[in-house]
Amino acid sequence: MATVDLKDVKKVYAGGVEAVKGVSIAIPDKALCVLVGPSGCGKSTLLRMIAGLEAISSGTCSIDGRKVNEIGPTERDIAMVFQNYALYPHMKVYDNMAYGLRNRGTPKDEIDRRVKEVAETLELSHLLDRRPRELSGGQRQRVAMGRAIVRSPKVFLFDEPLSNLDAKLRGQMRVEIKNLQRSLGVTSVYVTHDQLEAMTLADMLVVMNAGLVEQIGAPLDVYEKPASTFVASFIGAPPMNLLPLIGDGTSFADGSATGLATPAKAVTIGFRPEDADVAANGEVPAGSVTLPATVQAVEPVGAESFLHCAAAGGSIVVRVAGRATAQPGDNLRVVATAESLHWFDQAGKRI
Amino acid sequence: MTPRVVFPNKVLPYLLVAPQLAITLIFFYWPAGQALYQSMLKEDPFGLKSKFVWFDNFAKVLSQPAYVNSIKVTVVFSVATAAVAMGVALLLAVMAEKVVRSKGFYRTLMIWPYAVAPAIAGMLFLFMFNPSIGSVAVLLRRLGLHWDPVLDGTDAMILLVVAASWKQISYNFLFFVAGLQAIPKSLIEAAAIDGAGETKRFWTIVFPLLAPTTFFLLVINTTYAFFDTFGIVHAVTGGGPGKATETLVYKVYNDGFVNLLLGSSAAQSVILMVIVIALTAIQFRYVERKVHYG
Ligand SMILES: Nc1ncnc2c1ncn2[C@@H]1O[C@H](COP(=O)(O)OP(=O)(O)OP(=O)(O)O)[C@@H](O)[C@H]1O
Ligand SMILES: [Mg+2]
Repeated sequence: MATVDLKDVKKVYAGGVEAVKGVSIAIPDKALCVLVGPSGCGKSTLLRMIAGLEAISSGTCSIDGRKVNEIGPTERDIAMVFQNYALYPHMKVYDNMAYGLRNRGTPKDEIDRRVKEVAETLELSHLLDRRPRELSGGQRQRVAMGRAIVRSPKVFLFDEPLSNLDAKLRGQMRVEIKNLQRSLGVTSVYVTHDQLEAMTLADMLVVMNAGLVEQIGAPLDVYEKPASTFVASFIGAPPMNLLPLIGDGTSFADGSATGLATPAKAVTIGFRPEDADVAANGEVPAGSVTLPATVQAVEPVGAESFLHCAAAGGSIVVRVAGRATAQPGDNLRVVATAESLHWFDQAGKRI
Repeated sequence: MTPRVVFPNKVLPYLLVAPQLAITLIFFYWPAGQALYQSMLKEDPFGLKSKFVWFDNFAKVLSQPAYVNSIKVTVVFSVATAAVAMGVALLLAVMAEKVVRSKGFYRTLMIWPYAVAPAIAGMLFLFMFNPSIGSVAVLLRRLGLHWDPVLDGTDAMILLVVAASWKQISYNFLFFVAGLQAIPKSLIEAAAIDGAGETKRFWTIVFPLLAPTTFFLLVINTTYAFFDTFGIVHAVTGGGPGKATETLVYKVYNDGFVNLLLGSSAAQSVILMVIVIALTAIQFRYVERKVHYG
């Protein structure tokens, strides 16, 4: 039951690496905030500053309205799930979960009750007497979750907790984490570089790049209105098609005219693979972009297929439903309607 | 499990291990057998006459008050040396871990003493603690402490333990540093988040996880204190004053080569041999089993 407030937080590591360059995020109570971004963009660093494991170089971090810059991890009342789980190898599952409660002087019967209750929820009851090395990866992950939950902290922090699991288990745990977080109502910060995980988990999505926040918003808002070319190419799989424009935005890189009412200053046009269509020759709605394209590769996924094409001096991806009829080498016409177009300026910002 | 190799030829395998067997037999079993044989002989100091007396030498040795005293001295000395050497090394290793700048430099400095030969180390301490000329002895006297390792048995033992541990500290330090580095940092961080203060973290997380290292060093240090400290005892106290610092190994030397009681000395070395075997077996069977986490 707490808010987390970051105000212009910066981190400079000894040695001069500026990992986080001024980040402000206000996470409301009970929200699940997902930090997503490419490797090395400073996600873990930011999370570790919230945890108190890394000193904050400048700016403030407050938890539940209290400034915690100078407060150690021990007193912040947070719980963290590490990527490698960081289970204590010499302790049984029970003791791993009880450790935090014991350190805080919780009465013995209360510890017992809570550990068993959480073990029940996470289906760990039959594993309480084992040591971490006797567990599978998925079970270890659960124990790490259990260790965090059992203390009922103010804030949960997750640093890529699912990245060591196989795809199927990851999907399963994702749903479970979401449900748990909802039912416990604990404010959470979740770091991942998997955009699918980010989209499905987040109440609040924070896209980071090179130590800065690119965009904050609800996942679908970010998807529909990416604030920059970076976000556009990071969120969504496959990413948005981005084509550079020349000559005041009137033509594509290969010199062909766009035939569109390009907004002033636009130097990049974008549309999502799922918004584009392969159109037979004929009329298209007014304002649509039409591109002659040559198919280079076809990726069948099952329910849909992705056509990788060369068009307008660049390469684009088009999603078609079901099995694709096109073959590599085919020439087609790709159409994207006016409402599905995104425009970006010189700095990569959305227009 | 490595697969078993089956040789079609019955002789070849024995031929292949023959050199190793020969070395072991000639250099280990034969001398050991000789010692065993000698321990049952009664010889005059010049080796002119000898008589087979079965276990007389053992009975005599074990009933000697001096021998029982020597056992006590050895136990006290070994336990104290292992404890001091490991305790101080662990403390230093934990401290060195916290140094932010020039960590490597501190570590290298800590390792130097290991290069000093035991007898030299013994001499250093002998001089430093010498009641009449030693600088440390002067300091102790200024502090009002009565210090006289030449006459006082306890002082002599303290001096010996200090000298013997000093050298071993660097060795232990090296292993403890490596052991500490092998503990994942995220475990310590998880414990901090779990509300454990620094001391608590050390005793509940770091120390248990260091157990394999600690056990290994326990074996090494005990063996060292038991059998490798002859040079130091010889240089620092010579077993005195009286017999206050006469360890088992030193007594073997004293009785055999100084007092020329060859039979008794051989019997003592056989007893030592049994102790080594027993110690090693106990340590490996009962302690090691508990200290490995996968
Ligand atoms: N202890 C450190 N000392 C110096 N630089 C560091 C340290 N830890 C991280 N960095 C640097 O800070 C930057 C951000 O690192 P961080 O671990 O936060 O990235 P990340 O977004 O979590 O990446 P990943 O997805 O790969 O985990 C990187 O350039 C990294 O090299
Ligand atoms: Mg990271």
